[in-house]
Formats: sequence, C-alpha cells, structure tokens
Amino acid sequence: MIRVMLPAHLRTLARTGAEVEVEVEGPVTQRSVLDALEGRYPVLRGTVRDPQTQSRRPFLRFFACEQDLSLDPPDEPLPGAVAAGAEPFMIIGALAGG
Amino acid sequence: MSGARVLVGTRKGAFVLTSDGKRERWEVSGPHFGGWEIYHVKGSPLDPNRLYASQSSGWFGQIIQRSDDGGKTWAAAGKDFVYEGVPGTHQWYDGTQHPWEFKRVWHLEPSLTDPDTVYAGIEDAALFRSTDGAATWHEMPGLRNHGKGHLWQPGAGGMCLHTIVLDPTNPERMYIAISAAGAFRTDDGGETWRPINQGLKSPYNLPDPDAEVGHCVHRIAMHPARPNTLFMQKHWDVMRSDDAGDNWREVSGNLPSDFGFPIAVHAHEPETVYVVPIKSDSEHYPPDGKLRVYRSRTGGEEWEPLTQGLPQSDCYVNVLRDAMAVDSLDECGIYFGTTGGQVYASPDGGDTWNAIVHDLPAVLSVEVQTLP
Repeated sequence: MIRVMLPAHLRTLARTGAEVEVEVEGPVTQRSVLDALEGRYPVLRGTVRDPQTQSRRPFLRFFACEQDLSLDPPDEPLPGAVAAGAEPFMIIGALAGG
Repeated sequence: MSGARVLVGTRKGAFVLTSDGKRERWEVSGPHFGGWEIYHVKGSPLDPNRLYASQSSGWFGQIIQRSDDGGKTWAAAGKDFVYEGVPGTHQWYDGTQHPWEFKRVWHLEPSLTDPDTVYAGIEDAALFRSTDGAATWHEMPGLRNHGKGHLWQPGAGGMCLHTIVLDPTNPERMYIAISAAGAFRTDDGGETWRPINQGLKSPYNLPDPDAEVGHCVHRIAMHPARPNTLFMQKHWDVMRSDDAGDNWREVSGNLPSDFGFPIAVHAHEPETVYVVPIKSDSEHYPPDGKLRVYRSRTGGEEWEPLTQGLPQSDCYVNVLRDAMAVDSLDECGIYFGTTGGQVYASPDGGDTWNAIVHDLPAVLSVEVQTLP
C-alpha cells in the first residue's frame, strides 16, 4: 500500500484523515499514485491535477523522503521508501494567498 | 409560520441564515466549506431543500456541492465543465486572441420546471446545463457560437457569465449576461442566441454606438409577472427594456452614481426597483462613505435613498453583483451583502434595515428562499 498525505482542505472534501492508503499496480510514480488516489476518492479528481491537462496545480507541491518532487516527470519512479509504504507521498498546499 | 432562508456565499465559505416570517431573529449556520470561495448558492424554486453551491479555490479548483436537506448536509456533485468542441479564442486585454479556459463557476440557476435541471454560468464565459441534479454538465454551445464570441473580452473581474434569468411564462426563453460581452437572449431553449444590447452606450471603450457585443453588463433583473420588462445595472448606467431586451433606455435619473453592481425588483411591485450606487471606476465604495440603497417606485428615473439602519458615515464597502435578493413574503424583504462581511435585511421593502450578521468574510453572493 502507498501512503498519501493530504492537505487539510482535501481531507475535508474526501472525508478522510490526514493520511490515506491506496493500492498501486505496476510502477509507483506520481501519475500512478494520483490515479489510484482519484480512483479511490473520485471527489479529489481535478483538485490535485488540472482535469484537462493532468498537470500539477500551480499552488500544490509534492514531497517525499525530504525531497521536493514537484518538478519531476510524472512517470518517474517515486523513492523506494514510498513504494514500500515506509514513507508517505505528501501533497502540500503552498503557503500563499489571503 | 412561513419564513426566510438566506444563502450567503463568501470568500471563505457559505453561510445559511434562517428566520421566521418576522425576520427579526436569525439563526446562523456555517461556515460550510470553510476556507473555500463560494461564488454562489441557490435553491430550487420547486424543492426548497435542493440547494446548489459553487465552491472554488485557487489551490484546488472547482467543486459543485448539492444539498437535499436545505443546507444541513452537502455532497460533492459533478465538476467537469468541458467546452463543446474546439474551445476557440476570444479577445484578450491587449486586443489579441486568447484561448477559452475554464476558471470557475460564477452563478448557478436552478430550473423553474425541474429540480434536477440547473444552469451554470462560468468563467471564461459559457453556459452549461445539468439535467441530472448537477452530476454531469454539458455546454450550451449556441451561445459562444452566436457569431461574435471572438469579440468578447474580459472585464476587470475576468470574462464571466454571471447572470442567468429564466422567463417563468416561456420555458424556451432565457437571458444571460457576460462581462464584458453584454446581454443575450434565447427563444428556443438555448439552441440559438442573439445579443440584445441595442441602446447600451459605452462611449470610452466602445466607440461604435451600435456595437453588438463588448458591453460590460453587471446584472439583469426581472419581475416574474412582467417577463418582457428587464432592468439592468451596467458598468455605467441603469437601463430598462420593455420589449424583452430588444431595446434599452437609460433610467439612471437622479442616482448619485449610475455605477453599481446588483439590481433587484420588489416581489409584489413590478415597478419598484433597487440599486446600490457605487463610486467608480477604481474606488468601488459608496459615494460619500454612506451606504444607501436607492429605490424607484416608478420603474426607474426617480430614485429615493433608503438609509434607515444603514451606516451613513465612514462606510467603504462594496456590494457585488450577485449579492442582492428579495423574498416573496407578504411584506417583501430585501437583502444584500457587502465586501465588509455584513448582510443587511429589510423586512419592509427597504424602509428600514438591520445587519443580520456583521462579521462574515467578504460576501460574494446573497440569495433568499421564502419558506412555506
């Protein structure tokens, strides 16, 4: 199982706690994890990635294992600790806006 | 005893304010969707417990919420607003062409004949319809394809379709308004549309007095008993049409400023109209720091200030286009919300006012339901 940490507003929207678990078949990448997240919580579809372009929304960032993965290609494998379920894939809302 | 339920959209959530028919004591519920921008909340006229809300955020995009119990509980509904076909381009601020891009839903208008049908006005301007209670949305492409969509351009607030008015006597006829394209009407249920902007004048930014599109219409209101009479608050000028928008004439009369955003018609008096004059172009607060609703009992031209209970000094809030509504209780109630977070109510047609809440986030929209 892959652990995904959600920002507060998405926890409320999906009616979950801070961390959820999703099952990913095949390579564990940003794309496959987010596909699995949206599959389990359809209400989150379009909230992390633009629904048309599938690109990361500009005010969100992706972190794992103390690395900023936001600019990594979506099909690049995530760190082994994420794939093993030891570390969460973190979706972070930028500290911006009023 | 019948009552009123006021649905308030703010920059940081939605609030539901409920009172009995006296409209003196109010129960406040909220914030719902705290932290999210709620551009609009509106109930079905056929089923007052069916509410639709537009929830959006610069971080997380667009959500549509639906309630089937009058706002006690909510469930996320469909949020896919995909333009029909190739989206094409419209005019950008610098005169170049710019692709149509979905940004948010400004206005939700439930059908007068079916609680599962609801219309959505979006930015970049287009009209969508759902016939399954907001589960799925489909563009009504005849509007953007009326022939001059490429000449529409954004106003300062974006290129938004903010007004949807349904004709209660003719289900085939509806009106919409876009900043800054103008007003449009369909007479065939939304298949085809035509601009209805004859008589609107925008001399500084639209030198052609016969320009079909490009007008910055802020809001249109109609009394259901007189569906051919429309009142419009334009960027500048308060306008009136008595032929379903074919021709407009100015009725600003003695208003201290003919700029403003909302306009509303009394529930029982089709010639009684309300506006909130605002200083423009850049100030966007009431003239002289006095928050005054102006009422005309003559369908325009002659206006009287309504001040009792409203701040008459040092008031510098704005009242946005979707932030005024009327109930249909025996004595018509008028409501409006401000960017300072107050929602004012008048239970007597505007003669006296009270702030029913003082300190909400900036108010984006106000709707009211008259409860049985």
